[in-house]
Amino acid sequence: MEQIYARTKTIQEDKVSGFCPGCMHGTVMKLIGEVLEEMDLVDKAVCTLGIGCCGLQMDYIAYDNITSPHGRACAVATGIKRSNPDSLVFTYQGDGDFASIGLAESVSAANRGENISVIFINNGIYGMTGGQMAPTTLVGMKASTAPNGRDPKEHGYPMHMCEVLNELTAPVYLERTSCNTPGNVVKTKKAIRKAFQNQLDGKGFSMVEVVTSCPTNWGMDALKALDYIEENMLPEFPLGVIRDR
Amino acid sequence: MSRVFMKGCEAIAEAAVRAGCRFFAGYPITPQNEIPEYFARRMPEVSGTFVQGESEVASISMVYGAASAGTRAMTSSSSPGIALKSEGISYCAAARIPMVYSNISRGGPGVGSIQPAQMDYLQATKASGNGGFEMMVFAPASVQEAVDMTYKAFDYADRDRNPVLILADGVIGTMMEPVVLPEMKTEEEINEIKNAKKVWSCTGHKLDYKNRAWIEPGHWLTSDMQRANEEAEKLYESWKADVMVEEYETEDAEVVITAYGISARIAKSAVNILRKEGIKAGLIRPITLHPFPYDSFDKLDYKKVKAVLDVEMSIPAQFVQDVEIAIKDRCPIHTCLCSGGNIMSRESIIEAVRKIYS
Repeated sequence: MEQIYARTKTIQEDKVSGFCPGCMHGTVMKLIGEVLEEMDLVDKAVCTLGIGCCGLQMDYIAYDNITSPHGRACAVATGIKRSNPDSLVFTYQGDGDFASIGLAESVSAANRGENISVIFINNGIYGMTGGQMAPTTLVGMKASTAPNGRDPKEHGYPMHMCEVLNELTAPVYLERTSCNTPGNVVKTKKAIRKAFQNQLDGKGFSMVEVVTSCPTNWGMDALKALDYIEENMLPEFPLGVIRDR
Repeated sequence: MSRVFMKGCEAIAEAAVRAGCRFFAGYPITPQNEIPEYFARRMPEVSGTFVQGESEVASISMVYGAASAGTRAMTSSSSPGIALKSEGISYCAAARIPMVYSNISRGGPGVGSIQPAQMDYLQATKASGNGGFEMMVFAPASVQEAVDMTYKAFDYADRDRNPVLILADGVIGTMMEPVVLPEMKTEEEINEIKNAKKVWSCTGHKLDYKNRAWIEPGHWLTSDMQRANEEAEKLYESWKADVMVEEYETEDAEVVITAYGISARIAKSAVNILRKEGIKAGLIRPITLHPFPYDSFDKLDYKKVKAVLDVEMSIPAQFVQDVEIAIKDRCPIHTCLCSGGNIMSRESIIEAVRKIYS
């Protein structure tokens, strides 16, 4: 029988995933790996990991990786890419990492037009530390540090990173996708491929924001989390290509 | 080798370029702005990279990235900026990433003063970030020494896979002196250095689970973390062989001055004047602050030594804490201090020694 699908070799075979049931980090990790293999980039790849659940994959992925100080992934990636332009350098960061503690590094790297690719995982909450409020937490959404839910009077509103970066001149590609349906998973893969191709073409800064779930800290099962994405996250974070130059 | 007249900061930058440094990221802060400015001009000439980071925090992270990719990399700042860099310095030490940075230190604490000071001694030698890591720390007393140390620092960093600190002060950084610059490393030499790091550096590897580069500034398993700490400890112990110190007129000395950096240079001229007066003064000048030259203090003849005079530009005194460990109560320790950006005066040192002597 013809084999039409195989697990990506970029995830080590003997490793057991530490991600929670329903977590989408594994899905995005798989997509990145498949794209790297399809584009024959595995031996050029350097993944710059953020701190938080996003960093858990350091133990699983089979290509070069470096753990950045919390929020500094875009600065670390700048150093790697500038000193080794032949590498395919991408960051993999959550919302706390990319949009809160690393806001200066993220915006500045985008503003310099660094020739790197950013995979930004937005699930509206801090995962690893146990469900604290993120800059992307929805209004009314409960978090361990906003026990009555995010209140705009006290906490402001969710931050839209694609739109924030769209104010800058230098970035070439900004797209928001999700992994809540098979169709959206396919679109996410396509977006990752585009972000990597842009880097190969020397075009500059690309970011794919992936709206994902955190069933554990959202306090719901994996299937309900999918509904929550559709009903609550996506109206706040609409999917689509924000910029493609 | 040519002799040129250069400002300390610029000479440090040129020495780094000659040592094969091909990546520099930094953020403006007085009194070290000439370092990033020099690199901004110089790096394009040698196909290197200069990035003005958005902050000190970002700059050290860029250096962490570049050095993790095998490139000789450097950053620089001054006291409050160095405090901000402590995050990335700790990451480099944890992940065993070789890099060099300089602190052209100024008065403190807080934003302090922009004038020269030696108020970062304990931060530099004991705790430059979280987690109890250690680094070799060099303290130049002239522009020439700053050049030589910076050049060598990259070799030590690569040998140990560990950060190295050049702790200078605003005097060394902004003073102009004649210097002999070291040989410029050739492109072949620089490539050879980079290629030697291929095994562990983040430059991309063939798909092979065992051979990927994995830069780990921490560990999930406590057993792995402890093992990394133990390996680091072995490295730190090995530095005893790398101690550098200047012992000046100490053999028959009755008053031994001890100082580092610019204070030591001023103290040395005080020793010469005191000797002419018939006062048997001497000087112990640690060149490496870490490892500290404890042996030099053991060699003193405590039947002759009336006291040791600690001279430093810090109030309260900090360097004196290591001097106390070195002296082990074998003689009294006096201090001669200034701080806040005031530069040590030779007269105050001479006065302090005369007082002890009488």
